[in-house]
Formats: sequence, C-alpha cells, structure tokens
Amino acid sequence: MSIVAFQRVTKRFGAVTILDQVDLSIEQGEKVVLIGPSGSGKSTLLRCINALEAIDGGDLVVDGLSVRGGPGTVRAIRQEAGMVFQQFNLFPQMTALQNVAFGPRRVRGTPKRQAEEEAMALLAKVGLAERARHYPGELSGGQQQRVAIARALAVRPKLMLFDEPTSALDPELRQEVLRVMQELAEDGMTMIVVTHEMAFARKVGTRLIFMEGGKITVDGPPAALLDQPDNPRLREFLQHVH
Amino acid sequence: MEFDWSVIWAALPELLRGARLTILIALAGLAGGLVLGLIAGLMRAYGNIVLNTIALIYVELIRSTPIIVQVMFIYFALPLLLDVRINPLTAAITAIVINAGAYIAEIVRGSFLSIHRGLREAGLALGLPFWKVLVFVVGPLAFRRMIPALGNQFIVSLKDTSLFIVIGVGELTRQGQEIMASNFRAVEIWSAVAVLYLVMTGILTLALRLTEKRMRIL
Repeated sequence: MSIVAFQRVTKRFGAVTILDQVDLSIEQGEKVVLIGPSGSGKSTLLRCINALEAIDGGDLVVDGLSVRGGPGTVRAIRQEAGMVFQQFNLFPQMTALQNVAFGPRRVRGTPKRQAEEEAMALLAKVGLAERARHYPGELSGGQQQRVAIARALAVRPKLMLFDEPTSALDPELRQEVLRVMQELAEDGMTMIVVTHEMAFARKVGTRLIFMEGGKITVDGPPAALLDQPDNPRLREFLQHVH
Repeated sequence: MEFDWSVIWAALPELLRGARLTILIALAGLAGGLVLGLIAGLMRAYGNIVLNTIALIYVELIRSTPIIVQVMFIYFALPLLLDVRINPLTAAITAIVINAGAYIAEIVRGSFLSIHRGLREAGLALGLPFWKVLVFVVGPLAFRRMIPALGNQFIVSLKDTSLFIVIGVGELTRQGQEIMASNFRAVEIWSAVAVLYLVMTGILTLALRLTEKRMRIL
C-alpha cells in the first residue's frame, strides 16, 4: 500500500486553481524530489499531505488515513508525516533541547526526562549535542534547520516532508543541512523534498517530479531526467536553476 | 495658606481604608477582566463568525460608551431590568471587569495575531490539537508582547475606580471627598489622595517592569 496517495486532488485559493486533479502515489522508502517554477503548486502539494492546506476536491490518503477524516485523523496523519519548513519555525522561547523534546512531551505524552534524553540523542545525530542549551536566536540558520529536523524526527514519523529546507540559508550553511538529510535518506526514511538543489536531487533522490500549473508533468528517475530532459518546460526550468 | 501636616495624619487611617478598597476593586476587577478579555480576545482572533461577532459587539459597545455611563447602568438600570439588588461594591467590580475586559480583549487579539504564523503551523505539524498550540506555543510568546499594553490598562483601571464615588463605594477618592467635606482642608486631603494613587500605580509599574525584564520579548 502506498504511504501517500493523491486521488484527483484539487486545491484552489479563491478563483485560482493551485492543484488541478493531481494523481500521485508514493511508496514507503522513496525519496521524492519535487521541483517546478514558483507558483506551480509544489509547496501546496506538500502542505496538503499533512493537511496544513485543506483539499477542495478528490481524496488524499496518508498511511491509510484520509486528510478529510476530521481533526483526530488529521492529528494522526501529522504525527506520521513530520515537516521541515523553509523558515525553520523553531519555538523561540525554548532551547534547542526543549524544541526537540516538545513534540514527544506534548503530543505523545512522554515523561519529561525520557523525552529530553531522546531529544539529546537526536541532537547528537544532527551534530548539535553541544548546542542543546542554546536558544534558536543564538544558533546559525543551518544549526536552526538541523534542530528543526530533529524536532520533526522526535515524534517518530514514517515520512518526512521538506519545504525548501535550504532556501533561506547562505550557500555555505546549506551543505550541513543537506548532509543531515542525506544521512536520513540512507537510514531509509521516506522523504518528499521541495527544493532547488539539483545536486541533492541527483545524489539522494530516487524519483524526480516536475510540476507546472498545478499538474505533475514529469515523473521519473532523477539522473536520467536531469541529464536528458525531454520535456521542453523542464529543460528550460533546469537552465534557470543550474 | 499653610500646609498642615496634622490634617493628613488625622485623615490617614480613613484614607488608607479607602485605598485598601481601591486595591480590592482593582485587583478583583482586573482578574475578572483578564479572564473575560482573554476569552473575548481569543473569540475575536480565532472564533467562527458567530463567536467573533458576539465578541466584537461586546468590545465595541464598551469602548464606545463612557465608563461612568456603564457604572450607572450596572448600578441603577440593571437592577430594574433584571429585578435584582446589586450592592455598590459588586457593581464597582463588575464595571471594572466588563470595562477592562473589552480593552484587554483587543490587547489579547493583537498580540496573539502578531505571533508569526509559521510557529502555529510548526506546532500543528507535530500533531498537536489547536488549543495546545495556543497554550504551549503561541500563548507564551503572545503574553510577553501583552505586558506593556496590559500595564497601561491596569493603571487606567486602577484610576477608574475613583469613579465609583458616584455610587457610594468608600474607595480612596470617596474617602477623601468625605473628609474634605467635614474639615474643608482641600489642599492637604487631595494632595494625600493623589500621592496614595501615585504609590499604588508606582508599585504596579514596578511589578510590570520586573516581569518584563524577566521575560525577554521574542
């Protein structure tokens, strides 16, 4: 069974159609890289998966649960699908450790001590154990984003959604975030990544999806598509991002 | 004219009794006003159209009428409408609750909505119910931003208690007025009353400064 299944999903903002009857199935273990010009609907597609955007038509099933299943089902889906945001969105009043322990404590009801021990292990995994007691404002952008990845992982999701995770970072800080993402992929995590990092798509991605005008127009193995794009719009797009 | 300190010493016990009542009304009124303001403010910020409209009407009704009219209404008109007896102290506290609540509602709404939307989404994306996001993520951040505006409102409400002279509550201003009516020492008595208000608002201001210092605005 697919872990994510879009069935003729439509999403509108007012009169504008952002997603136009999208069909898409993603299997466990896939590393899907979503690319496309701005406004093509790639971020919206991602945000529909964890129901941060409500869909207007069709159905979207995540790990057997429909995003239209009501508040309880939506919360269950969000616990299965962790999200990393472009702007990190760490909670500024909490330390790195408290940010990571927050999900387990408040969502899963894990005791504080255990939650913080697990949080510490996750921070070590993203290379930030020694920054555990720092507040987000005291961390670099790359460090903040790595904390944000740890925070999402702390709830033990089955898949991870990345919404342009390196777009707000300076070039030299991007690599540390991409490296953590690559390690996560090597651990077998199912990942859906909206990004402009074509090197990452080629190296880590198992599937490349190109969107334009609210539709998926290209879907296939990254290396082949990046080397020889036969879709003219994709070819044009790749010339701009390279 | 000579400033006669002995007048103040003689009046002090009664003035302090008045000040105590002023503090009681202000504290009880503001505690209630905070609760009411929090509820109305959250209704305004996040409620559906019905809740939002109810809160909006409440806020506008209170903000658009003088507090003295509200006091008169609660003390003189409400008993006739509802066929109940309201003692002056209850009327006074109720007036502060309702009046401060309306202003605090706007403070609450403004500060909650000023918190970056991404933080709310980050909380929701972890699988938290919305109320937990408000309590654990948005609320603590919004509270920090409320402190300066709440301080203003606390001081305004504290001074508004002087209006209850009109319904015969023996608060500080009323006590001053009564002493003055018997000894005609306007300068001493009103100076003393003013200083007592200054001391009360001064302590309030200091307490808020300390709270603000302990919590960084983020």
